[in-house]
Amino acid sequence: MTNTKPSLISPASISPGVLSLTLPSSWAVQIESQLSDEEWVLAWLETDLDAQLHFASGVVLVTNRRLLARSGKDETWENWTYRQGLALVRHDHAGVGSLELLDTNLLLSRWRYTLGRDAAAGRLIYHFTQQLGQQLTGELVPLLAQETTCPKCNRVLDAPLLAGQEECAECSRESHTPPSTWTLFRLWRFARPYKGRLFAGFLLTLGSTAATLVPPYLTMPLMDNVLIPYQNGKPIDTDLVRFYLTALLGAALLAWVLGWARTYMLALVSERIGADLRTATYDHLLKLSQAYFGGKRTGDLMARIGSETDRINVFISLHLLDFFTDVLMIGMTIVILVSIDPWLALVTLLPLPIIAWLIHLVRDRLRTGFEKVDRVWAEVTSVLADTIPGMRVVKAFAQEKREAARFRSANDRNLEVNDRVNKVWSLFTPTVTLLTEIGLLVVWVFGIWQISKDEITVGVLTAFLAYISRFYLRLDSMSRMVSFTQKAAAGTKRIFDILDHISSVPEPVNPVHLPVVEGRIELRGVGFRYGTRRVTRDISITIEPGEMIGLVGHSGSGKSTMVNLICRFYDVTEGAILLDGIDIRSLPIVEYRKNIGLVLQEPFLFFGTIAENIAYGKPDAQRDEIVAAARAAHAHEFILRLAHGYDSLVGERGQALSGGERQRISIARALLIDPRILILDEATSSVDTTTEKEIQKALENLVRGRTTIAIAHRLSTLRDANRLIVLDRGSVIETGNHDELMAKEGHYYRLYQAQARNVDIEDDLRRPVLDRKTGEGRE
Amino acid sequence: MIDKASFLLSRNAFGRLVLTGTDGLEYEGVIPVRAFPITSPDCGFSLIDAHGHELVWIERLSDLPAELRIMVEADLAGREFIPEIKQIRDVSSFATPSTWYVETDRGKTTLILQGEEDIRRLTSAALLIADSHGIHFLIRDRGALDHHSRKLLDRFL
Repeated sequence: MTNTKPSLISPASISPGVLSLTLPSSWAVQIESQLSDEEWVLAWLETDLDAQLHFASGVVLVTNRRLLARSGKDETWENWTYRQGLALVRHDHAGVGSLELLDTNLLLSRWRYTLGRDAAAGRLIYHFTQQLGQQLTGELVPLLAQETTCPKCNRVLDAPLLAGQEECAECSRESHTPPSTWTLFRLWRFARPYKGRLFAGFLLTLGSTAATLVPPYLTMPLMDNVLIPYQNGKPIDTDLVRFYLTALLGAALLAWVLGWARTYMLALVSERIGADLRTATYDHLLKLSQAYFGGKRTGDLMARIGSETDRINVFISLHLLDFFTDVLMIGMTIVILVSIDPWLALVTLLPLPIIAWLIHLVRDRLRTGFEKVDRVWAEVTSVLADTIPGMRVVKAFAQEKREAARFRSANDRNLEVNDRVNKVWSLFTPTVTLLTEIGLLVVWVFGIWQISKDEITVGVLTAFLAYISRFYLRLDSMSRMVSFTQKAAAGTKRIFDILDHISSVPEPVNPVHLPVVEGRIELRGVGFRYGTRRVTRDISITIEPGEMIGLVGHSGSGKSTMVNLICRFYDVTEGAILLDGIDIRSLPIVEYRKNIGLVLQEPFLFFGTIAENIAYGKPDAQRDEIVAAARAAHAHEFILRLAHGYDSLVGERGQALSGGERQRISIARALLIDPRILILDEATSSVDTTTEKEIQKALENLVRGRTTIAIAHRLSTLRDANRLIVLDRGSVIETGNHDELMAKEGHYYRLYQAQARNVDIEDDLRRPVLDRKTGEGRE
Repeated sequence: MIDKASFLLSRNAFGRLVLTGTDGLEYEGVIPVRAFPITSPDCGFSLIDAHGHELVWIERLSDLPAELRIMVEADLAGREFIPEIKQIRDVSSFATPSTWYVETDRGKTTLILQGEEDIRRLTSAALLIADSHGIHFLIRDRGALDHHSRKLLDRFL
């Protein structure tokens, strides 16, 4: 879908001339020939699959008269005029959407497309249904109060775009552009704050490099003015010797001091760049959506932030510095050589382009090799990150050998990839050395020839050889630079992969601030798709402030997904969620989540004291606030029984707490931030019934006066809910309080009966309470 | 579950499969699925009803009478979609997200690779690539691809 013109809805404003603008260009001409007078296209879907699911393009159109379609190869157009009983429906399965045109008793036609076009299909159905209604009843049936489209993909949106948003969620997901190959230059963003120090480092490098070039220059007069005259019978001029040798020492000392200063200065800067890079990456990582963490392996992320940044750091402080010094030195050497003798300089520099070419040749191969090495390395650490947390399972099933084998095979792959890289790499260095030797040979030959012609002195040749041996030596280390650069570039790319990742839960461009939150949550036609799997569809509920809602359904019915959507861990793929009438996507994420207290099935305690854990959502909480929250959560007493009270350490390596105790700490945590909205995701599922009762008491305090959404597998837990929403396979199938739903004898009734049979005793205890409570509910 | 020898399948006017059991009960909108679509596509089939409950388990399609088998196969062919990449003609960049121009057993197409982690290693030779829309592309044997494709692919592995 490349056209960007918004669709025209009002028939009065449409003329056939608009057609070529709004239709895909490859079809426009053929379509126009099909249309009669006074007929215009309202929506279209370019299908890209045929009946046998081969890639083939076709098109389905909705006009003001009929439905027109042409599939793949055959030249014929099919069409259906509007009549009673027609219906257009879509399904999807494993990435393939199918659009079916049905009669009341017959399948008329079926088209298939890849899910990227699902939005267009939805739009097609929308217009088809609207037109059908209009043709049959004679009046325009507005299906949505107002239709808005994404300016980019022309997709009809279920909710208007937020201010500042230029494209719909579907578009922004696709428009990721790959990061450029010159990734290393992107590090400049992190180097910029240290401009001044970098410049000082540059000057120091210049000075120290110049100082190292003085000694070879001095060999020339030393040879010509001292040694050769002495061989020819002249006595040694001690003053001159002393002068030259002092100069040599001075130059060496100067190079030493300047070299030290520049290395220190630049190491300082690179360390800071590395630290900035690390923190920036972690900061960004924290902002990414839950979906990102679902798809990544912990070991890989840890490797990126830890070792990759360190590698970049070493690269800048060591390798890049060396390389830069080398380039400077080569430049200066060339100037000196040419100034001494241009012809000899020319011959000396002859091997340089050959070596440069060689470096270029190997560069590509090495870069891909090193990228591979990195990926394989991340794989090795991933195996560790996968197994170590699951060690109990590994041991219980006696699969140590298998895990060892898995690690070994990852290691073997690492070896294999490294071996392949090393094959190229090991050939590289000796070749450069060989070229160095050949280069020296060339200089010898040409130098001796020139001396024999009396064009240069022995001193000049000595100086050249002294320069050139250093020169080639540096080329050798510069060639090593290729691999270091590639490694650093690969590392940089992997870090920028994180930095470039746009959160699928983006911050609003023009955020709306809610000063007071009442807690009315409205779900408007909410649908969510995880990959190709549709998890929820078309859920519309309004939850009043202070109301307690219970979500009921089998596992996999979409309860947790709904909670994740309401918390905005993911963004809805269709529809919208509104808080007090405002789309939650236009609220700043942090501000929005501050209003939500979440109690999960598996409470996560961080390493730290109990007090710190309770105050996690409000680090500046006073001690009495923490105690009050713990009291309300019925956690106070057991905390006091611990040896160090509120200062007891918990979390990994900390005090062992039971499931119920941990849960009550997490309830206290939710209580302390005093949220308007409370979400209980199976908060009592992992504990026994006695503990559950205690937790229930704690929850009662928590729920009071807050909009509460509770998920519970045990239906008895939801006795306080004002309303129960029964979900099945991603859709709401029943709503009402316990009594109403029981009276209906529907899905809920069956669920309840099934549980009652299993937990007789618990049920007997609870039923009277449940009946009484729900009777008091607002519905 | 229904005994495998004693059910009938038919296709109704809406194009849906209808299963009739021995007891005469009809299930409309029956869907055949493979249990191991990638690792063992020829073994393990299940007919599930519109609510996702299993009706019949079929070990092998060859166990079925020819007429039923053809019907099941036709339905699978119209719904299963794992294009097999035969050739990678070009990629937009070696950094992800990257657009791949590929030749598959179902014709030419493009796919957007969101990240290297979307390439799943099935065996040492077989790869499963998930594109940004969740379509899975299969490379059955990467050793069997041509040199150019292998070289391009290698940059992502």
